[in-house]
Amino acid sequence: MIEERRLRLIVPWAVTIGLFVIWEFACWLFAVPPFILPRPSVIFQAMMQFREQIAQHSLHTLFTTVIGFALAVVVGLLIGLAIGASQLVYAGLYPVLIGFNSIPKVALVPIIVIWFGIGTIPAVITAFSVAFFPIAVNVATGLATIEPEMRDVLRSLGANRWEILTKVGIPRSMPYLFASLKIAITLAFIGSVISETVASNQGIGYLMLSASSRFEVPLVFAGLLVVGAMGIGMYVICVIYEQRMTRWAFRGNELMT
Amino acid sequence: MEMNETPFVELRDVNLTYGRGEESLAALDQLTLSIAQGEFVAVVGPSGCGKSTLMKLVTGLLLPTGGTILIGGKQVTRPVESVGMAFQNSTLLPWRTTLANVMLPFEIVRPHKRRLRANRKEYIDQAQQLLTAVGLGKFADRFPWQLSGGMQQRANLCRALIHEPRLLMLDEPFGALDAFTREELWSVMQNLWLAKRFTAILVTHDLREAVYLSDVVYVMCQRPGRIIYNSKVDLARPRSLQTTFEPRFIEIVHALRERISYEHSL
Repeated sequence: MIEERRLRLIVPWAVTIGLFVIWEFACWLFAVPPFILPRPSVIFQAMMQFREQIAQHSLHTLFTTVIGFALAVVVGLLIGLAIGASQLVYAGLYPVLIGFNSIPKVALVPIIVIWFGIGTIPAVITAFSVAFFPIAVNVATGLATIEPEMRDVLRSLGANRWEILTKVGIPRSMPYLFASLKIAITLAFIGSVISETVASNQGIGYLMLSASSRFEVPLVFAGLLVVGAMGIGMYVICVIYEQRMTRWAFRGNELMT
Repeated sequence: MEMNETPFVELRDVNLTYGRGEESLAALDQLTLSIAQGEFVAVVGPSGCGKSTLMKLVTGLLLPTGGTILIGGKQVTRPVESVGMAFQNSTLLPWRTTLANVMLPFEIVRPHKRRLRANRKEYIDQAQQLLTAVGLGKFADRFPWQLSGGMQQRANLCRALIHEPRLLMLDEPFGALDAFTREELWSVMQNLWLAKRFTAILVTHDLREAVYLSDVVYVMCQRPGRIIYNSKVDLARPRSLQTTFEPRFIEIVHALRERISYEHSL
């Protein structure tokens, strides 16, 4: 068992490094010019060379993403509880939510810019607007799938709707919430980077766009890798929280990341 | 056993029809039943005869389409407060420990709800005592999924009884257990009842279980459900597994079984 556990820690690194090696080798073999697809070694060189700018811009992206994500958690949770707890709210809000979620968020950015100007706020709002939907839907599912017997037990004790919600509904929808956070955090990154690419003078999206306009393709790719790495990092944090908060739902299974 | 003049639970000509018009389905028809304070009754019958509907009606989770239901002389018009309920699948909350599950009624039922914060220790002791009484003393800190099916059902009974409800409703609580565990829990259940003497209604299709635990066994027929037969169980308490091999016990079970199969052949 120890062997398998150790293997599970090594495998993700091995696969990632393996992909980079194949990439490097393929670029060398087919003599791909660096302004089409730079080799990983060149990308890492660019990363080192521009590390200060990259650090500054990526921290800004991380900041906008986390704020947008936090807003999405609060709003998504509230909407999810509302549509999960009441059939009427569900019937009224669900079509609107679906409609809103179907709008490509990149199309929203110009409007947000008209309202708030370019910069941090559009990025936060875009991150929020992509991330809250899966949270709301998942929380609502958690509430809607409460076993009727559980509800009967509480009602026969004389519990009111609020007590049923707080004693059963919310704890029960927690695993659904945390499952959705993992999806939502990666979506939030997509949202903020999109917004930064279109309308910002800060953040990793802006850095990539300006680098590509100067044909510094390795720097563009360095930006992409950094976004990916930040996404993985935040995902892992969500998973650790999930395991802590909803241990009962995993029934003592091993940590799964 | 002494019995009060007025029954504690009374159903008079209760009808329940699901749906309306042509698609309506009569689940219960002219059902009349009365249960004395402190009596343990069982309702048996084939599946789909409306036993679970009966449970919901008595607890006020469902309102009848006709007739009257009285509990303690008062008509039931909304969910009756502070009833204990146990179902076939233990409905323990998986995110709470066994002890926290048993404490749940204290958080909801008055007056405990108001006293809980100040007197937590006292309530925990009470819950711990009940868990010990059913042999779960050492498992208070375990989560439900760490317990066996039989242990979960014991904890479930504790939760249904901790707040000393006047009425306990049991909907096939031992149905999902193996035969040995089930017989063990009959005795656990009987001891709890002998100690507290609450009124209990047990819905089951295990005739031996019904006879072992109850004072009266009622037989319901297929939809629409009605009480077609009842049998007083005049066996001494406490009963044991030995009792189930006595001629009188077997006689009662046979009589019930015959009545049910007669109904089926119609």
